[in-house]
Amino acid sequence: MNPPAVHCHQIHRHFGNGDTRVHVLRGIDFTAASGQITFLAGPSGCGKTTLISVIAGLLQPSSGSVSLFGRDLASMPPDDAVRLRRKDIGFVFQQYHLIPALSVAENVAVPLLAASMKRRDALEQASAILDKLGLGDRLHQPPARLSGGQQQRVALARALVHQPRLVICDEPTAALDHETGHRVMELLAASAVHPDRAVLVVSHDNRIFHFADAIAHMDDGIITHIDHPNATTTA
Amino acid sequence: MYFVALRMLSADKAKYLGLVFAIAFSTFLLENQTSIFAGIMKRTANRILDVTDAEVWVMDPATQYFDETKALKDTDLLRVRAVPGVAWAVRLLKDLPVARTASGRFNQAIVIGLDDATLTGAPRRMLLGSWDRLREPNSIIIDEAGFRLLFPSTPLRTGDTLELNDRRATIVGISDAAAPFTNFPIMHARYSEAREFRGRERSQLSFVLARPQPGISPNDLANRISSTTGLRARSSLDFAWDCIRYYMANTGIPVNFGITIAIAIIVGLVVSGQTFYLFTVENLRQFAALKAIGVTNPTLARMVLLQAAVAGFSGFAIGTGMAALFFETFSRQLATRGIILLWQNAAGVAALMALVVLAAAALSLRKVLQLEPAAVFRS
Ligand SMILES: Nc1ncnc2c1ncn2[C@@H]1O[C@H](COP(=O)(O)OP(=O)(O)O)[C@@H](O)[C@H]1O
Ligand SMILES: [Mg+2]
Repeated sequence: MNPPAVHCHQIHRHFGNGDTRVHVLRGIDFTAASGQITFLAGPSGCGKTTLISVIAGLLQPSSGSVSLFGRDLASMPPDDAVRLRRKDIGFVFQQYHLIPALSVAENVAVPLLAASMKRRDALEQASAILDKLGLGDRLHQPPARLSGGQQQRVALARALVHQPRLVICDEPTAALDHETGHRVMELLAASAVHPDRAVLVVSHDNRIFHFADAIAHMDDGIITHIDHPNATTTA
Repeated sequence: MYFVALRMLSADKAKYLGLVFAIAFSTFLLENQTSIFAGIMKRTANRILDVTDAEVWVMDPATQYFDETKALKDTDLLRVRAVPGVAWAVRLLKDLPVARTASGRFNQAIVIGLDDATLTGAPRRMLLGSWDRLREPNSIIIDEAGFRLLFPSTPLRTGDTLELNDRRATIVGISDAAAPFTNFPIMHARYSEAREFRGRERSQLSFVLARPQPGISPNDLANRISSTTGLRARSSLDFAWDCIRYYMANTGIPVNFGITIAIAIIVGLVVSGQTFYLFTVENLRQFAALKAIGVTNPTLARMVLLQAAVAGFSGFAIGTGMAALFFETFSRQLATRGIILLWQNAAGVAALMALVVLAAAALSLRKVLQLEPAAVFRS
């Protein structure tokens, strides 16, 4: 039996000291399984971004442990953590964070280039995935010439191009209008889900909750309950 | 990832050009000012450096540099010749008479009186005529700049006459003597005739030029001459430096250039450093995204260094090109002849600009390395 893609145990995280000390995560137990889309939902400021930062190894928890694919992050040498992030995690950010100086295809190739793949091979793979996401005719354009929805699709391609085992999306539709956001989610559901990959989506937009296999509801630093929307509709 | 770094660098054309031109202009200014400074300082030693056949200069102990001399006694020449190791020694006179043309133009001139028999110290690079025509009676050789000063709108030619303190002399040659510190014409004549240009005063011996026998270095000979005769004796190179040092110590020229050079360094450092720093700060979000994606700190450091190196090198190349063009143009003009871009200056400026760029890169790099990758989630 494979270990879960993401497993968090009693994560606490606070910021600041003394009077300014805020306790943002207050004992999170959380699991995300491969082959599924797991949502992290909850009001703004409840700690969702902090939690995924901890999960991705970008932020140290104050206490508690995170393991990815059965490996404990805290006991990993720092270089290994960076390598794991480069190889096994794909990111989609609310603000896309594409590099304006690079073409669409070059942006998508960045994770491959970071892993020292040759530029030509990297661009080839980037073009292939962009084709799949319906942006095959935009390869050489700068991202600024694309609409918001198209830019988020480029970001999605960048998150998937190196076939990571975990895709982390922070509010991927928040900057988009409802219809565009919906289309991006459809593409995400269609292209990201894979038996060997867990997809973690942070969102408080309940209009896209039906894409989720599981929804962890967060409030004020704890997970209050977990829904399985598709399981209930089929039951 | 290096092409990504280069693209990021050149993406904002205005900022990139600003950075490159800040470096280019401080490079130009520094190379320009240090070269002009070196060129002007070298002029104070040109009369010595132009004399290639002697290797030791002997003078009165009170003479510190070429332009101001205390006369030697005629017997001093014999004393120098008697020093063991001297292959030969000849007299040299330096004088500053007023030269007048038939049309009434006049200017103070530097007259060098050469040993009658050997013409040691005669200008070897002649533009017109020949130096051995100095053997003709009442003959002088004048340098091109001097000729043009005294005979404006006359083509370069021999045969014109000048009056030097009421004695007539005929121009038998035009030399290409290296520029003096002042704008005075440089004239060469035989010692016996140059003496006559002095007018009232008694004849004076300014220098004795000597050459060591084979196997003796100019420095050794200079030491021997000083210790035996009590006169001041210097190898040509040492005496050239004496003149340069005299002007450095006793004129405002180094301070003047020093201020310009200091300002060029500070402006270059501040402007290019700050532009590069701002450039990095503005791209911090992109660096954070790269960090989150798993680009390691060493790779990010190399990216920033590459960006700095490329901007620094482009700026230096453009600035040096501008300086080369400047000196290419001005070294052909009479007033600025001989002032060139020295490779030593270019190399020094290159080292300095490398330091400037490295400092700017180091500051920017600190920002990038300390960057929290989690910042990428904050909008
Ligand atoms: N680096 C930080 N320093 C101080 N407080 C922080 C920091 N990061 C997040 N917080 C605080 O933690 C709380 C949760 O933030 P966040 O995880 O971004 O919430 P969400 O993503 O659910 O909106 C907020 O009150 C925020 O101000
Ligand atoms: Mg958030």
